Amino acid sequence: MSSASGKNYLNETTGLWSWLTTLDHKRIGILYMIAVMTFFAIGGTFAMLIRWELFSVGKNIMDAKQYNQVMTFHGAIMVFMVIIPGIPAFLGNFILPLQLGAKDVAFPRVNLMSWYCLLTGAGIAFFSLFYNGVDTGWTFYTPYSISTQNGTILMVVGAFIIGFSSILTGLNFIVTVHKLRAPGMSFWRMPLFIWALYSTALLQILATPVLAITLLLLTCERVLGVGIFDPKLGGDPVLFQHFFWFYSHPAVYIMILPAMGVVSELITAFSHKTIFGYKAIALSSVGIAAVSFFVWGHHMFVSGQSEVAGILFSFITMLVGVPTAIKVFNWTATLYRGSVRFDSPLLFALGFLFLFTIGGVTGIILAVVGVDVHFHDTYFVVAHFHYVMVGGTLMAIMGGIYYWFPKMFGRLVNEFWARISFVLIFVGFNVTFFPQFILGAMGMPRRYYDYLPEYQSLNRISSVGAWTIGTGFLIGLGVIIHGMKRGKIAGPNPWGAKTLEWQTSSPPPHENFLVQPVVTAGPYEYR
Amino acid sequence: MSLTGSAPSHFMPPQASQIAVHVDYLYGFLLVASFVSCVMVIGGLIYFAVKYRRKAEDEKTPYISHNSTLEFLWSFIPFLIFMAVFAWGWWVYHEMRTMPTDALEIAVQGQKWSWAFTYKNGRSSGSEFYVPVGQDVRLVMASTDVIHSFYLPAFRTKQDVVPGRYSNIWFKAEQEGDYQVFCAEYCGDQHSGMKAKMHVVSREKYEEWLGSEPYKDLQPVEVGRKVYQSRCVACHNLTDQKNVGPGWKGIFGKMEKLEGGTEVLVDENYLRESILDPNAKIVLGFPRGVMPTQAGQLSEQEIMGVIELIKSLK
Amino acid sequence: MSTASTAPGHRHHHAHHFESAEHEYHTSKLGTWMFLVTEILMFGGLFVGYILFHEKYPEMFHEGSRFLNWRLGALNTVVLLVSSLTMALSIYYAQLNKRHLTLLNLYVTFACGCIFMMVKAYEYTHKFSEGLFPGNYFNPLEPEVQEMAKHLVEKGGGHLGMYFSFYFVMTGLHGSHVLVGMGLILWLIRRAHRGDFDSSYYTPLECVGLFWHLVDLIWIYLFPLLYLVG
Repeated sequence: MSSASGKNYLNETTGLWSWLTTLDHKRIGILYMIAVMTFFAIGGTFAMLIRWELFSVGKNIMDAKQYNQVMTFHGAIMVFMVIIPGIPAFLGNFILPLQLGAKDVAFPRVNLMSWYCLLTGAGIAFFSLFYNGVDTGWTFYTPYSISTQNGTILMVVGAFIIGFSSILTGLNFIVTVHKLRAPGMSFWRMPLFIWALYSTALLQILATPVLAITLLLLTCERVLGVGIFDPKLGGDPVLFQHFFWFYSHPAVYIMILPAMGVVSELITAFSHKTIFGYKAIALSSVGIAAVSFFVWGHHMFVSGQSEVAGILFSFITMLVGVPTAIKVFNWTATLYRGSVRFDSPLLFALGFLFLFTIGGVTGIILAVVGVDVHFHDTYFVVAHFHYVMVGGTLMAIMGGIYYWFPKMFGRLVNEFWARISFVLIFVGFNVTFFPQFILGAMGMPRRYYDYLPEYQSLNRISSVGAWTIGTGFLIGLGVIIHGMKRGKIAGPNPWGAKTLEWQTSSPPPHENFLVQPVVTAGPYEYR
Repeated sequence: MSLTGSAPSHFMPPQASQIAVHVDYLYGFLLVASFVSCVMVIGGLIYFAVKYRRKAEDEKTPYISHNSTLEFLWSFIPFLIFMAVFAWGWWVYHEMRTMPTDALEIAVQGQKWSWAFTYKNGRSSGSEFYVPVGQDVRLVMASTDVIHSFYLPAFRTKQDVVPGRYSNIWFKAEQEGDYQVFCAEYCGDQHSGMKAKMHVVSREKYEEWLGSEPYKDLQPVEVGRKVYQSRCVACHNLTDQKNVGPGWKGIFGKMEKLEGGTEVLVDENYLRESILDPNAKIVLGFPRGVMPTQAGQLSEQEIMGVIELIKSLK
Repeated sequence: MSTASTAPGHRHHHAHHFESAEHEYHTSKLGTWMFLVTEILMFGGLFVGYILFHEKYPEMFHEGSRFLNWRLGALNTVVLLVSSLTMALSIYYAQLNKRHLTLLNLYVTFACGCIFMMVKAYEYTHKFSEGLFPGNYFNPLEPEVQEMAKHLVEKGGGHLGMYFSFYFVMTGLHGSHVLVGMGLILWLIRRAHRGDFDSSYYTPLECVGLFWHLVDLIWIYLFPLLYLVG
């Protein structure tokens, strides 16, 4: 069903100003796409620089101080400006109202404001480069972050403002899910992507404010010398870690839950089969979100926290592993007796399952407290989180982009080059990060500018892999840009999927649906 | 072949203690269990994806929404495995956290970017320190500036070193050898250079070292070299290369340009002041507030030694 | 909520993605409550910090609170409570189409906010004049205070400057929220003048009202914790 006049959200009004002042969730989703992809390119460049420097022992292209700044920017950009907003604010903004059968999100102006918060915060954070940059690591641990003489405050303030972007997105999504579902769409008939975004939104509004106060206190510490993290004034530097991780652990679930939602959509759409265990996946999303508030101490096993605390945090972290495992099994079971087509979105979904499973089991390894003492702050941890964040979330973003590309732009991407991009990213990723598990087991600590000679050969392999991933993503960028202008025209439902966004034209009209859809069944009725 | 376990492979550091052996057993089990799980899941998904690939566009699939037995099994069995490894990990962790009662205590100070060790008899040591084999050793650690972390990979143990409080770590070396110490909590520019070497020796050798004067029979230049290796090498060097701090070659007797425009003659008094009050005069092109004062850290003999070392680098 | 519109002047058009004005009203309220939840969590972090350090240095908090004037704090509490009442009344009168009473109550609410901030300004400047700055900048002018602070440090009871850190950060963050609330009330006053609010539409009054009540509630917790803890 396409709109009679060929008008859609892309061509309805033209000009930069109409985009910068838009209230249309679809346009805001595209604005986020451009922002996030730009930040990814910058953060990715910093990653390439890191791996170049680490190619050999000793100084290669930069000195220690510069390396520490590059390391910090890479982490801060990827965490705050790419992986956290990546799926919710980009794919979520575009697709959530469509999948709910709504005309827009509950608060379109708040939605636009959230985009400007991301841009403003990012701008302020980057401005720190004019003040000797920041070299604290993205975690800003005190007392180092209090005494280091540079633009730390600017990055902290920038992160604070970016946090508002996340909070506003989450707030909008929760209210939209509660108030704007199409008639007939009960909670149990919502697509799993919505359940994932909803669980994420709960985390966004409950956890991010704690980051806000943490960053505010850090700023007050630097500017006013308030002293609550300064031992010389009776304060406690480890308290910062408790405050910081109370947000940042739920934050990593903000990063992965939406990705899991995308995978649920991809697996069903490309196997033309109903999802196995819908309720289990839906409830495990909310369950993971809830339990995630109680595990922050597993980042702090050797910080000086008590033995009892360590045991408790290890135990609860194990509990989070169960719903996660359930999801992975359910997705695999969905493929059983399905009708599987290996389009690029599915390749990325399979890539996710492969890499996230490895990342997940290594997370369990790290949760075992007796073993974590050896691995904490080594490259094992670096490998673990890259497996789940890149191998997991980034794979899902790529799959989601290619899956919803026809909906967003009315065109299909070039499958051949999309698959080439997948292969390079998948292979390159493993070559980069698998050796890092071994490096960590061998004792190489993280955030190291230089290392002992016995770590060199694995570091070299890792660096070669990095350039492979970089090439893969560059090709992917080319695929996307080419597809936007010259892709084959797509119909409303090129994949034969069942969720509501495919019941309207590609691209959709401004108001999403010409006729209000009414829902009479679940989202994956492939029969 | 070590006395405590299997020979060190290239993928793990040597096993220097019983606890290292225990950790490695648990880790080995986790690796095997992970590998098996991954093979099952990844193998399963590749197998299904290939076996059930689409043959016709209008192909219908069976409507399988759930299977209670299967779902229960694959929730409960992983849960049991997780509980088992949790309990095993608890046991190992408890071993690590239970400080032995009659341990040899050594005070450790971490500061940007070196470690310093002080023994009960007053003997102090820079980055190369000695412990006897087969003896429980407890390190009582504190930082003078930011958070560091004392990491002994061969012993599979580490503990953060925090300013404003003492933290403890213990180990018992089962055989003699030299073991690497890393700093494992990011602490600034030379975080990766903040290393130490632990020498595990026989009790006799240890006692001998403990009672010895660190610089007995050493000429001042050699004393200076030892101090340089343990405290200064992270930021300075013996060439003229600019690092975090200035290189030392050829500076003695020169007129050095300072920030603020003045000049100073590099003589013994200037060098002594730079060591004890580094921010009094900053060489042009170097940052203020980075070098920590060595007042209270270096003896007169050590200060003189460093000065003599610098003088010798023409 | 009445759907019969007997109001003169400005008719409100609900946004296109809502089915009705009522739909928009309920959605806006839910959104406001979600936002209040985030504020509670943010201030909550501060309260947790306060509790932890109070636990560690009870005497320091006791001594610090003696520098606060509980009468002024109580006055501010009453002022905010009154302002919450007038805020609620402005909504009540809007529902009754009584525009001038809506406006009057909004003006009184704003005035209460002004009184609160003026009392705060007085308290702050008074402390600054005595050298009672937060944390590192704590530098009391009076020798007795210097003695007492030194005595506290010597027996491991903490630095008195930290008490003032908590005082200034907590009341400062709260005060900035009062200012934001006052700005929002000015906006409501402008809209009420224009005749935007009547029995069929008073959503912004209700949402700002909820925010204002939260700001009041946070003060209700701050007052005893800072002023009365001695």
